[in-house]
Amino acid sequence: MTLEAFLLLAAALFCVGLFGALSQQSIVMLMMGLELMINGVVVAAAGFWYWVSPAMPDGQVLILVAITAMALEMAMGFAVVTALFRAREVDTTDDAGELKG
Amino acid sequence: MQAAAFWVLAAAAVGSGIAVFTVDSMARATFSLLASFLCVGGELLLVGLHYLGVLVILMMIMEMLVMAVFMIMYMMNPAGLMPMSMLHNRRGALAISGAVFAALAAGIVAIPWPERAGRPPRDPAFALGESIMGPKMPVMMVIGIAILATMIATVVLATHRGRYGHDA
Repeated sequence: MTLEAFLLLAAALFCVGLFGALSQQSIVMLMMGLELMINGVVVAAAGFWYWVSPAMPDGQVLILVAITAMALEMAMGFAVVTALFRAREVDTTDDAGELKG
Repeated sequence: MQAAAFWVLAAAAVGSGIAVFTVDSMARATFSLLASFLCVGGELLLVGLHYLGVLVILMMIMEMLVMAVFMIMYMMNPAGLMPMSMLHNRRGALAISGAVFAALAAGIVAIPWPERAGRPPRDPAFALGESIMGPKMPVMMVIGIAILATMIATVVLATHRGRYGHDA
């Protein structure tokens, strides 16, 4: 186990999530991509805490923030999908394009 | 032993992450995502973050069970009866995420990372608790307010009246 290996795992998870967030049509699947990206952030923060500054708790606090962001993102995402579906029976990203520039 | 566990968990985490977007059922995708989170929780346990590792594992089990309900509600291909591609712009997304991974990996290998400063505390969970109740208190306060704001916002959005009113 090295810092590089941990960061490579984080980068791989982040990029798999990025692929999902960019390519999925369903808004719910898009949110799963975002969750995977935050998952990568958690791994990177744990790696930095353990191999760079284990004496300081900053890395652990960052993990706590990332986990909270993950839960809140999912709750808000489902609320938005529910509101959108109630109003217009839309659950794919291509149909929800009013704000497209 | 630890190194072997690390690589097995890493491969499983990335593999089930990829499975999320390749399986053809959204319920299966949810449980693949859960497997990926469980592996990441295992990685946290490996570096001695026992509290945060267990927190990730327990929280993600609950979160994915809730998610599975929503997934089935908004499923695009229920029971495999309506096979369709759930993807758009597949090639562009692959190119972008591949390029981002190449850039990140190059940075990870090329950057001379700093030396390790200090040793892990005997009880990392104690150190975490002490810091969020002491010098890092603002973080905890912001998290608390963000959770409260999310609870209010989700209820407002998801009620029948909704964001758009009755006639929209």
